[in-house]
Amino acid sequence: MTNHFELFGLAPAFALEAEGLERAYREIQSRVHPDRFARAGDAERRASLQWTTRVNEAYRTLRNPVQRAKHILELHGVDVAFETNTAMPAEFLMQQMELRERLEEASGRRDPKGLESLRAGLRAEKRVLEESIADRIDAAKDYAGAAGLVRKLMFLDKLDAEIDLAYETIE
Amino acid sequence: MAYSDKVIEHYENPRNVGSFEKSDESVGTGMVGAPACGDVMKLQIKVGSDGRIEDARFKTYGCGSAIASSSLVTEWVKGKTLEQAATIRNTQIAEELSLPPVKIHCSILAEDAIKAAVADYRRKHGLDEKEDEAKAA
Repeated sequence: MTNHFELFGLAPAFALEAEGLERAYREIQSRVHPDRFARAGDAERRASLQWTTRVNEAYRTLRNPVQRAKHILELHGVDVAFETNTAMPAEFLMQQMELRERLEEASGRRDPKGLESLRAGLRAEKRVLEESIADRIDAAKDYAGAAGLVRKLMFLDKLDAEIDLAYETIE
Repeated sequence: MAYSDKVIEHYENPRNVGSFEKSDESVGTGMVGAPACGDVMKLQIKVGSDGRIEDARFKTYGCGSAIASSSLVTEWVKGKTLEQAATIRNTQIAEELSLPPVKIHCSILAEDAIKAAVADYRRKHGLDEKEDEAKAA
């Protein structure tokens, strides 16, 4: 499978400096962008478009922590099983349900402070989880062991997106 | 994406929403979650003295298909024995609700939830799962 890190000349690691990725992305993008090939032949224009698409996809994948982790795991033959693995630890699911209940209440009360506190707690939890994922993947090289943590992060991301939606509806 | 009439019907009039006391001896609780969509589902069964499921409740945070799948399962399991309930398959749920392929994972979630609820009840009562499976076969 294609290695998105190689495209940007980066070492495959979960702990990734955003600026380094950004710089590499801009640099490649400026070389392959269709604007540069406006006067070129058909074949070159097509190639430029294909490269741009590929570079954008790689950038989007690496920029997002869940997708980046998923990509690293896949490079090592580990499936994160977002679709089929439903057996998350019971306490984690209980906590997720409570957080969603709190979100429902806060948006029902049109309570921006409630949403804010929910979001602050969630962001803190995401940071801790991302550190654990970096530990598992980069230090321990335990890719299978990281899969459960990545699935947890996916839940937290979804909750984050739901908080965004709740802000929109109460505004 | 268009939902089928049955999904919309269950979504608008969900059956058996709510909770039983988790620590109640006659209650089995199944908690499952789907990372792909962040859905969380709790499904509970209340088992009568005759060993049949007399009532069921669910609470689901998720899309219409996930809510409809759990609502449908709580209806289906009433009156069933534990072994019968554990044989419910996601394909039956998906078929009944005409779920499109991208929503099949919602029916998987509901199947896993009822299995987890049955397993929880059996654990509470020290029942042997293999024995039940043999009876069901």
